[in-house]
Amino acid sequence: MGALLEIKNIETYYDLIYAIRGVSLSVDEGSITTILGNNGAGKTTILKTVLGLIDNQPDKGTIEFMGRRIDGLDTEKIVRLGISSVPEGREVFEELSVKENLMMGAYTRKDKKGVAQDYERVFSYFPILSQRINQWAGTLSGGEQQMLAIGRALMSRPKLLFLDEPSLGLSPLLVKEIFQIIRKINEEGVTILLVEQNAKKALEVSDTALILETGRFVMKGKSSDLLKDENVKEFYLGVRSQESAKGYQRWKRKKVWR
Amino acid sequence: MIDFIQMVISGIAVGSSYALMALGMVLIYKASEVPNFVQGEMALLPVFIAYMMIYSYGYSVFIAFFGALFFAMILGCFLEFAVVRRAKNPNILGLIIVTIGLEMILLGLVSWKFGADQRIMPFPISSYSSVMIGDLYISTMDLVTLFVALAIMIVLFLFFRFSKFGVAMKATQQNPTAARLMGIRTNRVKMVTWGISATVGTVSGLLLAPVIMEPYMMWNPMLKGFAGAVVGGMTSLPGAVFGAYIVGVVEHLFGGYVSMDFKAVVAFAVIVIVLCVKPSGLFARHYVKKV
Repeated sequence: MGALLEIKNIETYYDLIYAIRGVSLSVDEGSITTILGNNGAGKTTILKTVLGLIDNQPDKGTIEFMGRRIDGLDTEKIVRLGISSVPEGREVFEELSVKENLMMGAYTRKDKKGVAQDYERVFSYFPILSQRINQWAGTLSGGEQQMLAIGRALMSRPKLLFLDEPSLGLSPLLVKEIFQIIRKINEEGVTILLVEQNAKKALEVSDTALILETGRFVMKGKSSDLLKDENVKEFYLGVRSQESAKGYQRWKRKKVWR
Repeated sequence: MIDFIQMVISGIAVGSSYALMALGMVLIYKASEVPNFVQGEMALLPVFIAYMMIYSYGYSVFIAFFGALFFAMILGCFLEFAVVRRAKNPNILGLIIVTIGLEMILLGLVSWKFGADQRIMPFPISSYSSVMIGDLYISTMDLVTLFVALAIMIVLFLFFRFSKFGVAMKATQQNPTAARLMGIRTNRVKMVTWGISATVGTVSGLLLAPVIMEPYMMWNPMLKGFAGAVVGGMTSLPGAVFGAYIVGVVEHLFGGYVSMDFKAVVAFAVIVIVLCVKPSGLFARHYVKKV
């Protein structure tokens, strides 16, 4: 399997802020790749750069999707090639009904039969949405909105799905459910690029993981390996090493990749 | 009593043409976030084009009217595409100035080409004929205005409710970034919104033209439509219609019972009162847009 998305050495500026400092990344077809990182590391910026949402960026580097250069294209064109995304903070259309939101997800498609099937598919993933079908999306709970955002992204039958912090602000139980669905979506053949703060969940669900710090990748590996890595454990999974030399002094680990 | 009802009915008839202008303004306000002061003149030019088609080229009234509507569509799209879209990182004040500038250009164009004489658009129904219902005289023109306005509102309602493009327009207004992520060409959507708005305004203009036609004819309906839209909250289509009818009726009642001289200013008194009581307008949206 080849790389579906190939990012080579991109650099992105927000005006004078040097946000992405030379990042390369390839997402293999059929895989789940995850990007982990702290607040402000630039995770979302990578996705936005790929989607062309930041004007005149990337400043340097190339982005290829299915062997085709997509950097510098309009967002609308990039999306139509088969990249769909669940933006950070859901961004559902609040004053449209659930049905209309899903309809907008399928905006670029012409085959009515396939669209009708996909409504069913989304409702089978998220049965709750079928009960809210005529309700304004703004009146849904956070979790339901997240489900709607994922459903909406699936309606275009994407080849590649970007998920930006799907667990943000959800209860642990819902997070579990969302991640089960993510795995299910992947098993049906959608390649996923996942950006997360919830490192444990993300590493469990993904195949490959990268760790981003202040605009650079500092680590890359198979997710199962990263789960066991000492540094990752310490700084992202929240396992504290508390034993001390003499019983009273607590040592803080230093990140070794810096 | 009969006077009162008579005045209310005239108010509703006038309110209909205000309502069409208000609809046009709200459509554009929601898409481009600018109070569109060129709304009146976007309707004015097509009306004169229709006049020209009838007198200079001998087309029938109906063909000329459809020609005018089509031209309005193109004109609206063109203004958005050629001028409004070019504004880089516009702030609202800048855009207002842009629309006022366009307004002056179009007004100047019409005055230059057609002169400032008062004319009357030929129309199958005379503006002097009227029908009598019970004890009420209603001018036929008023009835036509009312029904055409209602028809346009129903068409717009169905369009926004059931057509995919209509829903995409609403989506673009609510969250442009997310709309782009859905593959909606938001620029095109905005452009067509301007076109639709100009068309709706032109309908209003064509209904006013049989009574009187001159370059300043759309200024008053535009301001009253704007007043109605503000009363309705500026972001709600039903609100704009309702507000415009309020303005029309209040204006007529005031003219009838209080003072004819101050009739024209009543609309703005209505704005002031409504904004004092409910600053967001009567029909403000439920979800405030995040900035």
